[in-house]
Amino acid sequence: MKATPDFTRNLTEPRALKSFILSTLTVACTLLACVPLFSVLYVLVIRGGKRFSLELFTALPPTALDTGGGIGNAIVGTLVMVGIASLIAVPFGILAAIFLAEFGQDTRIATIARFSAKTMTGIPSILAGVFAYAAVVMVTGTYSAVAGGIALSLLMLPTVMLTAEESIRMVPRIMREAAVGMGCTPSQVMWKVTLPAAMPGMITGVMLAVARAAGETAPLLFTALFSDYWIFQGGAGDLMEPTASLAVLIYNFSGMPFENQIELAWAASLVLVLMVLFLNITSRLISQRKR
Amino acid sequence: MTSSTRNNQAALPASDAAPDEVVIDCRVEKIFYGNFLAVRDSHLPILKNRITGFIGPSGCGKSTVLKSINRMNDLVRNFRFYGHIHFEGQDLYDKKVDPVTVRRHIGMVFQQPNPFSMSIYENVAFGLRLNRYRGDYDARVEEALRRAALWDEVKDKLRNNGMSLSGGQQQRLCIARAIATRPPVLLMDEPCSALDPIATRQVEELMVELKKDYTLVIVTHNMQQAQRVADRTAFFSVDITRGGRTGYLVEMGETTELFANPGEELTREYLSGQFS
Repeated sequence: MKATPDFTRNLTEPRALKSFILSTLTVACTLLACVPLFSVLYVLVIRGGKRFSLELFTALPPTALDTGGGIGNAIVGTLVMVGIASLIAVPFGILAAIFLAEFGQDTRIATIARFSAKTMTGIPSILAGVFAYAAVVMVTGTYSAVAGGIALSLLMLPTVMLTAEESIRMVPRIMREAAVGMGCTPSQVMWKVTLPAAMPGMITGVMLAVARAAGETAPLLFTALFSDYWIFQGGAGDLMEPTASLAVLIYNFSGMPFENQIELAWAASLVLVLMVLFLNITSRLISQRKR
Repeated sequence: MTSSTRNNQAALPASDAAPDEVVIDCRVEKIFYGNFLAVRDSHLPILKNRITGFIGPSGCGKSTVLKSINRMNDLVRNFRFYGHIHFEGQDLYDKKVDPVTVRRHIGMVFQQPNPFSMSIYENVAFGLRLNRYRGDYDARVEEALRRAALWDEVKDKLRNNGMSLSGGQQQRLCIARAIATRPPVLLMDEPCSALDPIATRQVEELMVELKKDYTLVIVTHNMQQAQRVADRTAFFSVDITRGGRTGYLVEMGETTELFANPGEELTREYLSGQFS
């Protein structure tokens, strides 16, 4: 007589039980990892959402005992400084990445540059502020948007450079060979084939770097300081004036004993998180669309 | 020791073909990668409007020789070529020759289909733009795609990315890209080894079709393929007697003649599968 095997799932068997427990655990941990993000978003929406109005985006911050007011100048200030930082970090980072990935892969400079960039990604952001304070604020004699932008660019540069290098390396070798086979010079291979193919990855890197820079407070405290006024009031010279930013506004207002300011700090936090979220989602879309 | 090359005496012109004209006269003396002698003493005359097949075991240098013809090997560090390759009255290894220009006149199709990550149209137009062609791009792109037997399959999606095509379509796209600039010579490095049998057949038919206007040189691992498409075949082997693994040309001749009646014992053994 041959015994028919039993194929039904049996959780009392140790092997099956262990497998069940471990897979449940992984699901539970995954859900747990989402909790901080969503609880932060929830609180921000509840507490910051009620000040969402046109005034928030167009008005200047209120003085101590005022009611109303907005964070318009801080939004503009953040955008301007992140813009300055990108103008510095993106071209430098990408050109350096081209060298690292393509022309100087194993050279001594490349090794040193790569190592410095990796170290820089771990450096506390306040040091970027101290550096820009010494190098720009002390030299020009004033807190300014330019100084803030330079401080932020120091934080962006390594991220931009390393992700761009990675995306250039990811372009298949056979695609470059095809370009060479068509009669491209090395620089034509770069501009016509490798860079376009690496573009989605590079944009993702830039977006992530921008998102990070937009939320930084510490480097701006010593460099851009804060201002209660609009950045553009009397021409371009204003880039050399103290400049408001969302991050510093949150820092300043959240410590004040006035309900109005605290509400604005919450609203500013929500705006900042939405900006970062927007950048992250955009970079995802860009990197997915190309595949 | 010289290789026996039975080229011209065996090359009785096919009934309709014009007298044989050598387009590329490839005389390899030595090819080195660093200190490694990869290929030696191989004389390969490539005839116009014919398909020349390079066959032989792995490591026999057939791809190395092929890639020397359009100077693709210049990319390999420590590559050194001794010998001459005459094409259109010039020695391609003359010091004054710019390898970039050589590659614009000798097209290449690779083992792995490697379309660019851009639209099908731009893939084909790539070489034209590179050469600053002034004229009707649409017409040239359509012509190249038709000649590559791909037009009907892609005419409604020219804006789609070239990498969205199937493997066989990608390889025909690469062929279209290579012939869009009408180079007189097309090199193919195992163009079907990454393709399934149906796609292989399509590419083979295409090669036979293309030889009316182009001179083709193909490297293949597949002896049946050489018999199906190549007019002339060059058999390479590996010499391991002197400690290295040096490839060299054993013999070259009309395909039918070479397969039916090989002049060398080594060729006969390889073709009959007795090769170790």
